[in-house]
Amino acid sequence: MRIWVPRDSAAKALGADDVAKAVATEAASRGLDVEVKRNGTRGMIWLEPLVEVEQDGTRMGFGPVSPADVPAILDGTSDKALGAVDDLDWMRRQDRLTFARVGVIDPLDLSDYEAHGGLAGLRRAIAMSGEEIVTEVTESGLRGRGGAGFPTGIKWTTVLNAQADRKYIVCNADEGDSGTFADRMIMEGDPFCLIEGMAIAGLGVGATKGYVYLRSEYPDAIAVMEEAVRVGRAAGLLGGDVLGSGKAFDMEIRVGAGAYVCGEETSLLNSMEGKRGVVRAKPPLPALEGFMGKPTVVNNVLSLATVPVILEKGAAHYAGFGLGRSKGTMPIQIAGNVKRGGLFETGFGMPLGELVNDVAGGTASGRPVKAVQVGGPLGAYLHPDQFDTPFGYEEFDQAGGLIGHAGVVVFDDSADMLKMARFAMEFCAVESCGKCTPCRIGAVRGVETIDRIAEGDAEAIPLLTDLCKTMKDGSLCALGGFTPFPVMSAVERFPDDFARHREAAE
Amino acid sequence: MSAPMPAPTEEEVRAIVSGQLHLEGPLLPILHDLQHTFGHVPRMALQVIADALNITRAEVHGVMSFYHDFREVPAGHHVVKICRAEACQAMGAEALAARTLEKLGTAWHGTTVNGAVTVEPVYCLGLCACAPAAMVDDRVVGRVDDAKMDRLLREAGA
Ligand SMILES: Cc1cc2nc3c(=O)[nH]c(=O)nc-3n(C[C@H](O)[C@H](O)[C@H](O)COP(=O)(O)O)c2cc1C
Ligand code: SF4
Ligand code: FES
Ligand code: FES
Repeated sequence: MRIWVPRDSAAKALGADDVAKAVATEAASRGLDVEVKRNGTRGMIWLEPLVEVEQDGTRMGFGPVSPADVPAILDGTSDKALGAVDDLDWMRRQDRLTFARVGVIDPLDLSDYEAHGGLAGLRRAIAMSGEEIVTEVTESGLRGRGGAGFPTGIKWTTVLNAQADRKYIVCNADEGDSGTFADRMIMEGDPFCLIEGMAIAGLGVGATKGYVYLRSEYPDAIAVMEEAVRVGRAAGLLGGDVLGSGKAFDMEIRVGAGAYVCGEETSLLNSMEGKRGVVRAKPPLPALEGFMGKPTVVNNVLSLATVPVILEKGAAHYAGFGLGRSKGTMPIQIAGNVKRGGLFETGFGMPLGELVNDVAGGTASGRPVKAVQVGGPLGAYLHPDQFDTPFGYEEFDQAGGLIGHAGVVVFDDSADMLKMARFAMEFCAVESCGKCTPCRIGAVRGVETIDRIAEGDAEAIPLLTDLCKTMKDGSLCALGGFTPFPVMSAVERFPDDFARHREAAE
Repeated sequence: MSAPMPAPTEEEVRAIVSGQLHLEGPLLPILHDLQHTFGHVPRMALQVIADALNITRAEVHGVMSFYHDFREVPAGHHVVKICRAEACQAMGAEALAARTLEKLGTAWHGTTVNGAVTVEPVYCLGLCACAPAAMVDDRVVGRVDDAKMDRLLREAGA
């Protein structure tokens, strides 16, 4: 018998390692022949640790499991039984393309990876020219999942056409946005998928070297990725002759150092070069002068990890999902005050309210939803009045918001939106790279101005509005330029929280 | 970080620095390696790095001070990081952090008097669906409430 216990850090954070030990110990004491396998997470974080007992090819789920539940699970009498995992509503409602294998396979078992469709995309790419690979990605409609939504194929075309003795693929795994963990889940749960995507990118644009810039806050993901690179090298997936193609591609993991702004691609490149992580002015585009001044593809983890399935199933298959110009699927991460938090991959187009109230089941506290922040700390706070907004780039833009890396953070009615606006400014002040005055100084002024509003000084509200305009217009990157989104959306959509009376002030 | 770190010698620093020189952009890997080995980046390492990379000592210091991760002095035996970002705030992280700092009798970035615990803010650990989140050294913890935090602090010797 096989028993799966996730090794994903969210599962570990909820006690999965102790559960895995308990399963092994209990099985041994009963003399049972049990193989304990460690998988990634299925993404149903509210059920973690989610234990799966594999019987006749079907995986029966139990969760959330504590070590004390283990004997009953082995007896077949556990009240934590959920039924077959693939039949659970959360799983059935998704279209898992990027996340097809996450939670299913042993992340570091390359043969398990292949048995579940892995390497098919790379094998197909090996038989294609660089132009054909890039065209396939362009036709899939894939847009960058790191935040800006720039078409991946167009970026790759620029790098493909650039003349240079060296080109690079850089994977942006800085995932600093609050409410996001999809990159982490891929790296911990299906690292070969990212490696395969990077190798295809390398073949496509003619780059032989890749880097993953991985945030230091993710020690588990760093360990899995480093091991996967070693396994990949030993198996000939990486190195001088990728899968016998005669073409070279190798990669390294680089660890960040706790700076949010280093997720911005030019700051990231400076950081990798050993410099302060200040943002570079564009042009030149990284696609032409990137790492070490060479043409460089910088893509988010999800963008790159989606490339294998595009090559495997074809551009048309991928583009068949989605809404309008938002093609394909989006791994949406639902977090904060929700009953069911986790990762839900679906074609673009689902209304925000359906995600929050139906998929996530509303708040964990049982209180009414007050606000939803989509797209991380630079994303707007949306009001439940806006719940019919379909999850799509253009649709969110029209609603005065942004999708970003698709983190959805839910707040109940105990949230104080003035405090959240203050936090947005404070975060910008802490993380500013310091290059532009409106960001560096403006964010500090923003905190002070919001403090004045909190003390009942209503005249400070127009000052805050002006300040936000200055930050928007005068910032080089989206840290200073987009911090006004959460701030002004809070002011405009939750005016009651900013109408403090002097006597009520603390 | 569970045992006191040995005092670094210049020879050890040199060995670590030269071990990374083959990399493209070796400075961050060097700083990480030094901090991993000694619990901080020793002051005397700056000149060694500067010489090896052919940059000024001020430049090395400029890079090091840009990043939140690098320490000029060792931390306590354990580092407790508490997430302050939005998803954790939605689940009460602010109050949890305030109570924890009060219990420890220190502010953010401070170390308990007995040297056991340094407490740091962190902005998202990717555990936003099991908030509030914390990390003790490299060990992640989710759905942290007061009881869980007390246990973590006790285990860390605070
Ligand atoms: C302040 C700031 C932080 C960012 N953080 C990230 C990040 O953590 N991960 C990421 O992929 N992109 C991040 N981006 C976006 C990148 O600059 C860049 O657009 C992206 O890596 C390109 O990859 P993509 O086209 O695949 O999305 C950030 C941008 C800004 C302005
Ligand atoms: S907006 Fe802020 S973070 Fe961005 S480049 Fe300017 S100072 Fe740096
Ligand atoms: S990273 Fe701390 S100020 Fe820029
Ligand atoms: S916001 Fe706290 S772990 Fe992500």
